[in-house]
Amino acid sequence: MDSLARSFLLPEIVKGMALTFKYMFKPKVTINYPYEKGPISPRFRGEHALRRYPNGEERCIACKLCEAICPALAITIEAEPREDGSRRTSRYDIDMTKCIYCGLCAEACPVDAIVEGPNFEFATETREELYYNKDKLLANGDRWEAQIAANLAAEAPYR
Amino acid sequence: MNAKTNAASVDIQEETQIRPYTMNFGPQHPAAHGVLRLVLEMDGEVVERADPHIGLLHRGTEKLIEYKTYTQAVPYFDRLDYVSPMNQEHAFALATEKLLGITVPERAQYIRVLFSELTRILNHILNITTFALDVGAITPALWGFEEREKGMEFYDRVCGARLHANYFRPGGVRYDMPAGLAEDMFEWADKSVCEVIDDLETLLSDNRIFKQRTVDIGAVSEADALDWGFSGPMLRGSGVAWDLRKSQPYEVYDKLDFDIPVGKTGDCYARYLVRMEEMRQSIKLMKQCLEKMPEGPVMVDDYKVAPPPRAEMKGSMEALIHHFKLYTEGYHVPAGETYTAVEAPKGEFGVYLVSDGTNKPYRCRIKAPGFAHLSAMDFMSKGHMLADTVSIIGSMDVVFGEIDR
Repeated sequence: MDSLARSFLLPEIVKGMALTFKYMFKPKVTINYPYEKGPISPRFRGEHALRRYPNGEERCIACKLCEAICPALAITIEAEPREDGSRRTSRYDIDMTKCIYCGLCAEACPVDAIVEGPNFEFATETREELYYNKDKLLANGDRWEAQIAANLAAEAPYR
Repeated sequence: MNAKTNAASVDIQEETQIRPYTMNFGPQHPAAHGVLRLVLEMDGEVVERADPHIGLLHRGTEKLIEYKTYTQAVPYFDRLDYVSPMNQEHAFALATEKLLGITVPERAQYIRVLFSELTRILNHILNITTFALDVGAITPALWGFEEREKGMEFYDRVCGARLHANYFRPGGVRYDMPAGLAEDMFEWADKSVCEVIDDLETLLSDNRIFKQRTVDIGAVSEADALDWGFSGPMLRGSGVAWDLRKSQPYEVYDKLDFDIPVGKTGDCYARYLVRMEEMRQSIKLMKQCLEKMPEGPVMVDDYKVAPPPRAEMKGSMEALIHHFKLYTEGYHVPAGETYTAVEAPKGEFGVYLVSDGTNKPYRCRIKAPGFAHLSAMDFMSKGHMLADTVSIIGSMDVVFGEIDR
């Protein structure tokens, strides 16, 4: 009798419907993406950037640790002494199509020059635009410096 | 007239004797869970033979790892089973640690267990909800993914990525948990995720449509499950109480209190129930980890293996040399070999690591649970309808990153 009633009265379907009905009155969880964004942590590993010191001097000293650690072999560096005799890169390329965003380059960098910044919206229409060179990376650094510096400061106790 | 009817009946008989119809399921089928190409020989609606073709996502991970240092190899493990990345890093980290002969600090062990269990919940949410989606229920996926998103935010906060974590390293974990994360995770485990699991249960467990699609579908006997090399929920669903966390406890699992759910019938429904209960056990484990977690370091205090902290590297020449050595050459692992397995959400995930004493593995063989499960596709789907193969694939929890490697 019980099972007969259960097979005709659809109690589990009604229960499920009641639950979905209840969900209708819950606050919406979707976000209006390009205008609203989900939270990201200070450790977020997004688009790369090359940073500068506050006086405008580029940080990278061409030690090539990032090139050595990169598991995807995405980084290419060439270095030569600058006119003033300091050691700097003459070429710093990252192939963003190869990069796996593991964060090892930023971990390896002894002067915090290469970092993975908070930007994740760098889609392009062509592959060529994703072969980043030094100018592009430094421009990224200039653009995101405030946030990158804040993130690094927040993370300092853990590193 | 009599002759005419006879001829017609002969014709009908001849028409019914058709050859098995060969059909391609996938590799672009949404219910194939990735790039599975299943060649089905059909007798009408009934599957006579299922032949899974794999290799469409082969990336040569095992070979690549032979050319990477141990540090560089870790991100490759994230990309095997991409819905449970940390468990696989865990297997590799444990294998390397065994060869190096080091023990990780206790806090790191608790963090590892905590995140392994979080990953298990995230994996099972994804599996159950997409499984329900395959058999016709859309709502669980919408609710489950919201919860998964919250879990992935914890991933983001601890390691900086929502999926490809690169967090468990040989020697410990990369960073300590940021302040406030433990409290948020406890709250999530205590409340939010439990509610969603209860809701999923209300929607699915008694639902007649879900049950019609899963009960007695793809039933595997205990003996068959063992013969085909099943592990994880696939094995437990068939009634074998086997879990590496209990049978050979690694990290701190022997100090934690949890149960192993076991199914009775071995069908798709039993596997679903096992996964549901495993999520509740994982919540219990996460809460215990958060309560018992001691203070302390999260990486071994050996600069030959783990890079020194940043502040020290900036001040001490020796630490800087260690830093440079570790990020270029990496560490040398003593010659030897080991097979180390962890209980990943999908089953036993093992790493067979051979070291020849250099800074790169000589060989790294990866044992993926999904491979063994998929190989049983033929005997599980034989005699079932076409629509049931979808249920079977869904309940197997196959992910092609790990099967094709």
